[in-house]
Amino acid sequence: MSEVLVLAEYNDSGLRKVTNELLAAAARIGTPAAVVVGAPGSATRLASELAAAGAAKVYAAESDASATLLTMPAVLAIEAAAAKSTPAAILLAATEDGREIAGRLAVRLNSAIIADAIDVVVDGADVVATQSIYGGAYSVRSKVTQGVPIVSVRPNSIEGVAPAAAGDIVALDVSLDGVKAATIVASHPEPSGDRPDLSAASIVVSGGRGVGSAESFVVVEALADALGGAVGASRAAVDSGYYPHQFQVGQTGVTVSPQLYIALGISGAIQHRAGMQTSKTIVAVNKDSEAPIFEISDFGVVGDLFDVAPKLTEAVRARKQ
Amino acid sequence: MNIAVLVKQVPDTYSERTLGDDHRLDRESADAVIDEIDSRGVEIALQLVEAAGSGDVTVVTMGPERATEVLRKALAMGANRGIHVVDDSLAGADALTTSAVLAAALARQPYDLVITGNETTDGRTGSVPSMLAERLGLPAVTQAQKVSIDGSTVHAERADESGYSDVTAQLPALISVTEKITDPRYPNFKGLMSAKKKPIETFTVADLGVSVTPGNVVIDVTPAAPRAAGQKVNDGGTGGQQVADFLVAARII
Ligand SMILES: Cc1cc2nc3c(=O)[nH]c(=O)nc-3n(C[C@H](O)[C@H](O)[C@H](O)COP(=O)(O)OP(=O)(O)OC[C@H]3O[C@@H](n4cnc5c(N)ncnc54)[C@H](O)[C@@H]3O)c2cc1C
Ligand SMILES: Nc1ncnc2c1ncn2[C@@H]1O[C@H](COP(=O)(O)O)[C@@H](O)[C@H]1O
Repeated sequence: MSEVLVLAEYNDSGLRKVTNELLAAAARIGTPAAVVVGAPGSATRLASELAAAGAAKVYAAESDASATLLTMPAVLAIEAAAAKSTPAAILLAATEDGREIAGRLAVRLNSAIIADAIDVVVDGADVVATQSIYGGAYSVRSKVTQGVPIVSVRPNSIEGVAPAAAGDIVALDVSLDGVKAATIVASHPEPSGDRPDLSAASIVVSGGRGVGSAESFVVVEALADALGGAVGASRAAVDSGYYPHQFQVGQTGVTVSPQLYIALGISGAIQHRAGMQTSKTIVAVNKDSEAPIFEISDFGVVGDLFDVAPKLTEAVRARKQ
Repeated sequence: MNIAVLVKQVPDTYSERTLGDDHRLDRESADAVIDEIDSRGVEIALQLVEAAGSGDVTVVTMGPERATEVLRKALAMGANRGIHVVDDSLAGADALTTSAVLAAALARQPYDLVITGNETTDGRTGSVPSMLAERLGLPAVTQAQKVSIDGSTVHAERADESGYSDVTAQLPALISVTEKITDPRYPNFKGLMSAKKKPIETFTVADLGVSVTPGNVVIDVTPAAPRAAGQKVNDGGTGGQQVADFLVAARII
C-alpha cells in the first residue's frame, strides 16, 4: 500500500486532536506516515503518541531554525518525504499554516489541492474529498486529477480512528540554508486558559454586539466554562474590541460545527451563519424576536442575555454537581 | 515602492449564492462586488506608498469581462493602473491554474511588494497567496493584521490561531492581509472621475504563455437540507431554566 503523508500538528503537551483525525483519514487511503517538523527531539517526544494514532512511519525534519522560519520548514520536509515515498495523498489540517503549506507544496509538486475538506474517502483508485461551501449551503465532492492529491482537512470533521502502527522514526535531510521565508521574531499568544480549541470544541458559546462591552464578555465565558465549551464572537463584537479576532466565528472567521452552539446577542447575519449553521443544535438568546438567528435555532429565547445566560449557567452548574 | 494588489470580483456575501447545473457559481444570482478583503489590500497598499513618499499601486485581477468593475473601483480609491486577465478558458479555474496565470501577469514587471487577501469569500481556498509566493520566489508574510516597511524590511503582525506573531521579511515579498489590517476608504468624486482615465491593460492566457489544465474535477454537488426553526419562547424569567431543560432533554448536558 502507498504511503499517505500527514503533517503532524502539536504543541507542548503533545499532538493536537486534528493530527489523530488526519491519521484516521490517511488510514482509509493507505499507510499513514506522519511528518514532524520542529526542534531536535520533537519526533522522539511524539513517536509513541503518533504510533498509537496510526503512524507507521514518523518522518523527522528537525532543526533549531524551524521554529523561526515561517511555514517553509514544513514545505521542505513534506517535499523531502514525498520524494522518498511517492505518496498516494498528502493531508494537512485546514488551519492557516496548513493551507499555506499546501499551496506552496502544490506548486512544487505540480499537484492540485482540495482545501478545507470535511471528509476524505477512497473510491476505487481515487481519493475523493467532500467540501462544505457557502456556509454549508452545498456539499461538493471532488477529486484531484493533477499530481498527488494535497488535501487540507477541517479540524473536528473526520470520524473514527486509525489502528495503532509501528511509528518508526525516519530522519529527513532538509537544509534550511538560504531559504526565502519570513522570520518569526516574537510570538504573542492570547491566554486561552483551559478552554478547548474553538474549531474543535463540541460546545461553543458566542457573544455578539449585544454583549455590549469587553467586560461583559465574562457572562459568555461563564456559560462556556460551565458547559466545558469554547468562546466565540461575532465580527461586530470583535470589531468593537469586545473579544480578540481569533475567536471570530463566520465567513471570514473560524467555521465551527459543534454539537451545541449558543448565540448570545447575535442577530444572525448571513456571514455569521456561514460559520456556524452546520452545528448540530443551535440555541439563541436575543432581545429582538425578529432576529434572523431564530430562523435557524432549535431553541430560542426572546429576552435579555444578561438575565437568561446567568440563569442558564446556574442551571448547568447545578445539573453537573 | 511599487506595489501590486490582487483583487477579485466575488458574489456579494449578503445575497444568496447558488450553484448552476455546471457546478459553478451562478454569477447572475448575486451582485458582483470587490471582495471586501481585497479592498483592504488596496487601502494598505495606498497607505504604504503614501508612507514611502513615492511609488505606484497596480491592481491585478483575473476574471470575466465585468471584473473590470473591481479594477475601476480600486482605481477610484487611488490605485494608478490595472491589469486584467480575461479568457473564457479560465472560467472555473482552480487555485493552481489561477496562481499560474496571476504569477505570469505579475512577472511582466518587478514589484517591491505583492499584496493579496488572506482568503476569498467565494473560493475560500486561501492558497493562492502562498502559491503565488512560491511561483514568484518570494518570502510570504501571510495573515498580516498590521504592516509597516522600514527600508527593505517588511515588519508585520501575523495573526495565528493562538494570537499573533511579529514577523519580518526582506523585500521583494508577498503579503496576505486579514480583515483586521485596516478599513478601506470610500472613493470620492474626484477619484471616481479620474478612475475612468486610468490605464487598464488586458491579457489573454495566450498573451501570458500559460497553459490551462484543470487539476480538480467535481464529482457531484448536494444542496444542504434547509434548517428549520425550532421552539421560541419569551423569557419571562424562566428562559435560562427552559434552555437547560431543553439541553437535558436533548442529552447534551
Ligand atoms: C465580507 C464580510 C464578511 C463578514 N464576516 C463575518 C464573520 O466572519 N462573522 C460575523 O459574525 N460577521 C461577519 N460579517 C458581518 C455581518 O454582516 C454582521 O455585521 C455581524 O455578524 C453582526 O454581528 P452581531 O450579530 O453581533 O451584531 P448585530 O447585528 O448588531 O446584532 C446584535 C444583536 O444583539 C441583540 N441584543 C442587543 N442587546 C441584547 C441583550 N442585552 N440581550 C439579548 N440580545 C441583545 C440585538 O437584538 C441584535 O439582534 C461579515 C460581513 C462581510 C461584509
Ligand atoms: N481571480 C483572482 N484575481 C485576482 N486575485 C485573486 C484571484 N483569486 C485569488 N486572488 C487573490 O488571492 C487571495 C486569496 O484567494 P484564495 O486563495 O482563492 O482564497 C484573494 O484575496 C485575492 O487577493
